[in-house]
Amino acid sequence: MFQNIPLWPARASNFAGNVDALYIFLLTLCGLMCLAIFTMITIFVIKYRRRPGVYAEQIEGSNALEFTWTFIPLGIFLCIFVWSSAIYFQQHTPPKDSAEVYTVAKQWMWKFQHVEGQREINELHVPVGRDVRMIMTSQDVIHSFYVPAFRIKQDVLPGRYTVAWFRATKPGVYHLFCAEYCGTMHSGMIGDVVVMEPKDYQAWASGGAPSGSLADTGQGLFQSLGCNTCHRLDTQGRGPNLTGVFGRPVLLDDGRTVTADENYVRESILNPGAKVVSGFKPIMPTFQGIVSDEQLNALVAYIKSLSQQPAGAAGTPNMSPPTSETPLSNR
Amino acid sequence: MATATVPAVERENYLNKEYGVMSWLLTTDHKRIALLYLVSITFFFFIGGFFALLIRLELLTPAGDLMQADTYNKMFTMHGQVMVFFFLIPAVPAVLGNFLIPIMIGAKDLAFPRVNLLSWYLFIAGGAFMLYTILTGGVDTGWTFYTPLSTQFLDTHVVAAALAIFIAGFSSILTGLNFIVTIHRMRAPGMTWSRLPLFVWANYATAIIQVLGTPVLAITLMLVALERIFHLGIFNPQMGGDPLLFQHLFWFYSHPAVYIMILPGMGVVSEVVTAFARKRIFGYRFMALALIAIAVLGFLVWAHHMFIAGISLYAAMVFSLLSYFVAVPSAIKVFNWTSTMYRGSISYTTPMLYALGFIGLFTMGGLTGLFLAALGIDVHVTDTYFVIAHFHYIMVGGMVLAYMAGIHYWWPKMSGRMYPESWGRLAALIIFIGFNLTFFPQFILGYLGMPRRYWQYAPEFQVLNVLSTAGATILAVGYILPMIYLLWSMRYGKPAEANPWHAAGLEWMIESPPKTFNFDETPTVTWEAYNYDELNQEVPVER
Repeated sequence: MFQNIPLWPARASNFAGNVDALYIFLLTLCGLMCLAIFTMITIFVIKYRRRPGVYAEQIEGSNALEFTWTFIPLGIFLCIFVWSSAIYFQQHTPPKDSAEVYTVAKQWMWKFQHVEGQREINELHVPVGRDVRMIMTSQDVIHSFYVPAFRIKQDVLPGRYTVAWFRATKPGVYHLFCAEYCGTMHSGMIGDVVVMEPKDYQAWASGGAPSGSLADTGQGLFQSLGCNTCHRLDTQGRGPNLTGVFGRPVLLDDGRTVTADENYVRESILNPGAKVVSGFKPIMPTFQGIVSDEQLNALVAYIKSLSQQPAGAAGTPNMSPPTSETPLSNR
Repeated sequence: MATATVPAVERENYLNKEYGVMSWLLTTDHKRIALLYLVSITFFFFIGGFFALLIRLELLTPAGDLMQADTYNKMFTMHGQVMVFFFLIPAVPAVLGNFLIPIMIGAKDLAFPRVNLLSWYLFIAGGAFMLYTILTGGVDTGWTFYTPLSTQFLDTHVVAAALAIFIAGFSSILTGLNFIVTIHRMRAPGMTWSRLPLFVWANYATAIIQVLGTPVLAITLMLVALERIFHLGIFNPQMGGDPLLFQHLFWFYSHPAVYIMILPGMGVVSEVVTAFARKRIFGYRFMALALIAIAVLGFLVWAHHMFIAGISLYAAMVFSLLSYFVAVPSAIKVFNWTSTMYRGSISYTTPMLYALGFIGLFTMGGLTGLFLAALGIDVHVTDTYFVIAHFHYIMVGGMVLAYMAGIHYWWPKMSGRMYPESWGRLAALIIFIGFNLTFFPQFILGYLGMPRRYWQYAPEFQVLNVLSTAGATILAVGYILPMIYLLWSMRYGKPAEANPWHAAGLEWMIESPPKTFNFDETPTVTWEAYNYDELNQEVPVER
C-alpha cells in the first residue's frame, strides 16, 4: 500500500521546484545529522555499558569542541537562511505584468473575480505559463489561500488586501485548501485550482460570456454611487482626479507620502478620513457597509484601469500598469 | 493519597508527619505542594489525552463521521489548551522543580512557602474554569484564540476559557518568582552559581520567561474578553482594530512559552544522563549558558509564527534569522549530552531510556524546526501537519519523555518506594514506539499539504492518518502503564534507600522520602555538581 504514498505533492508552479530542492537539501542534511547523533549514542551506550570494575572516565569538557559545534552549525544555518529567504523574496515579488485575480474569502467559500469579468466560486481556472497575482481579502475572519501543488500559502485578512502570486507550470486539477482555522466548516472551505493549456483557457474564458470586465463593473459602480460627482476625470473636482493616480506616490495633508496601491484605494473608500490627499478637505463620506468586498474589488480594478495606457485597455491582462516594483509589504 | 500507603513503622518523613485532608490542603511544604501538583496535572493530562484520542479516532476516515464538525473543533481546541496550560507548562517546574529545587540548593523550603501554596490554588481555580468550560459545552477557538474569529464569530465559552488560562497564568508567574528568589537567596554555603545542578539552572531560565512573558498573555486574553464583552475595536478591523496585533501579542508570550515547556525537561535530562553514565556533564558552563541564551533569544523570535500572516517581507527575514540563532544553543545541548556518555559507565534504567529517547526525539524536533524557520519552506508547511509533528516531537517526544524520566528518577525520593524496573522499561519502549508511529507520518502528511485542524480531509491522506491513529492507541497504553505501576509501587514497591542510583546531588544525601524541612542542619557544599569522580565508583550493574 505504501507505493501509493508520495513524499511530496505534484509540482505545478514556478516555486515548487525551488522549494522542493531546499526541502530535499534539508532532509539530507538533517538526516545525516540525525544519523550521526543516533550512531554516536548507540555506540556509546553499547561500548560504555556498565561493567564490573570498569569506571567512567571523568572529562570536564572541551572548549575547542564547544566552539566547533557552535560555529559550524551557525554557518550552515546562515546558508539555509539565505537560500530560503531568496525563495521567500521571490514569493513576495510578483512580476509587474501579472494577470490579476481578485479573491474574496468568507466562511466557508472562495470567490474569485477575474479582471476579464468571469466569476467563480471554489474553483479557479488559470492558464499554464501566465504569472497570476491573487489580490485577496476576507469578508469575516482570517482565512489562508493554500495550494500545496504550487507551494504557496498566504493568509487572507478582513479589512485589507494581501497578495500571493504564482505561475502554473503543469495542467491539472489541484487542491485549494483554507489553511487558517476559520470556524465550523474550516475543512470544507476547499476548492480546485484548474490549470489549463492557454488555448483551453481561452476557450473556457470566452465560454462564460461575462457581461463586461471587472473594471467595467467598477465604472458602473463609480457612477451609480456618485463617486464621479466629486472625483471628476476631466478636471480637478472636490475630490482628487483619479486618472493616473494608481501606483504613484500620493502626498497627504499631514505631509506623509504613500503609494496609491490596492490597500490605499480600499482604505480611502471605507475610511476616507484616514489618509486625505494634500490640498483636499476631508469631506468624503465612508462607504463602509454600502459597498460589498466584491464591489470594492471592482472599484479598485476600475481606478487601476484609469492609470493604464492607452485608456480603454482596462482589464486586459498583462497590460502593465505602472505599479511600483517594491516588494509587497501587505502593510 | 500517598499518606495511607506508608507503613507506620517508618521514621518520620514529610509524607507520614501529618495525616488528613487538611494537612495536605493547608500545607506549605514544597514537597507536599509538588505532590498536589502531581495529582492535578496528571488529572488534566488524561483529560487532554482523551481529547487527543477522540481527534485521532475521527481522523481514521477522511469523512467527518464520528462527531460533528463543531465538536471536532472543540476537541482540538481543548486538547491544546489543557495540555499546554494545565499540563506541559506546570509539569516539570511545578512538580519536580517544586520538590527538588530547595533540596538541590540545600534549603529547607522555597523562599515563599505560602505563595507556593497560593500558586497551587490559583492553578486549581484556573483548572476549575477550564473544567466548567469543558462541561458546559466547550470552546472552539483553537488554543491560539485567533481574532476576529474568537472575538466576533463564535458563541462558545471563549471568555470562560480565557479566564481559566488567565488565572492559571498567575500560578505560573508566582511559581517563577518563587524560584528566582529562592535560587538567588537560599543557596547553602558553598553552593555557588557554578556548582548548581543544571536542573536548577534550567528552572531558573524557565522562571525568567514565566515572570516576563506570562503577563503579556494575561493582557492579551483580557483584551480578547473586553472585545467580546464590550465590542471594543482592538482587533476588529471594521472598528479600526488590527487582527495581526493579536497574533503579535499572543506569540510574544506563546513562543517563549515553548521554552517554558522544554527548558525544564533539558534540566531533567542533564541530571539523568550524568547519573546513569556516572559522569560529569560535558561542558557545564556551555550547558548553563545555553539555557540562559535560549531563554533570552526565545523572546526575539515570535513572528516566525506569522510568516504567511501578512507581515512585511523584511520583518519576516529578521525573525527567520533570529530563529536560526536560537537553534544554536539547542544544538550545543544535544552535542554535550551525547559527549557526556563518551567513556561513561552506562546503565539502562527506565529514566535513562527515557532520557535517551528525549535526546533522539528532541533532535528530530529541533532539526525539523530548521525547516520551519526557513522562510521559503515555512510558506508551504506552516499550518499543516508538518507543524503538528514538529511541535509534538518537542513537546511530547521532548518534554513528556523528560518528565517521565524525571518522575522515575526521583520517584524513590518522592514516594520512598522503588517502581518495578522491568515494567518501567517496557512502558518506556511502548511510549517510544507509539510516539514515533503517531507523529512521524504527520511530517509526510504535512509536506503533502494536509492542513491542520481539518475535521474531514482528502482521501489520499488516509493511509498516513490510519498509521498515526494506530500509533496513538499504542501511546495511550504506554501512558496508562506507568499510572498503574507507580500507584502499585506506593504500596507494594521495595522501600527506597537514600541513594538508590548512587547518584550525585544533595537530594540523594538525605533520606527517601525526606523529612519535612529536608536537612537536619544546613549543608556546606564543597564540591562541584556531578562529582562522580568523588563518589564510590563500585556501582552494581543493572540488569
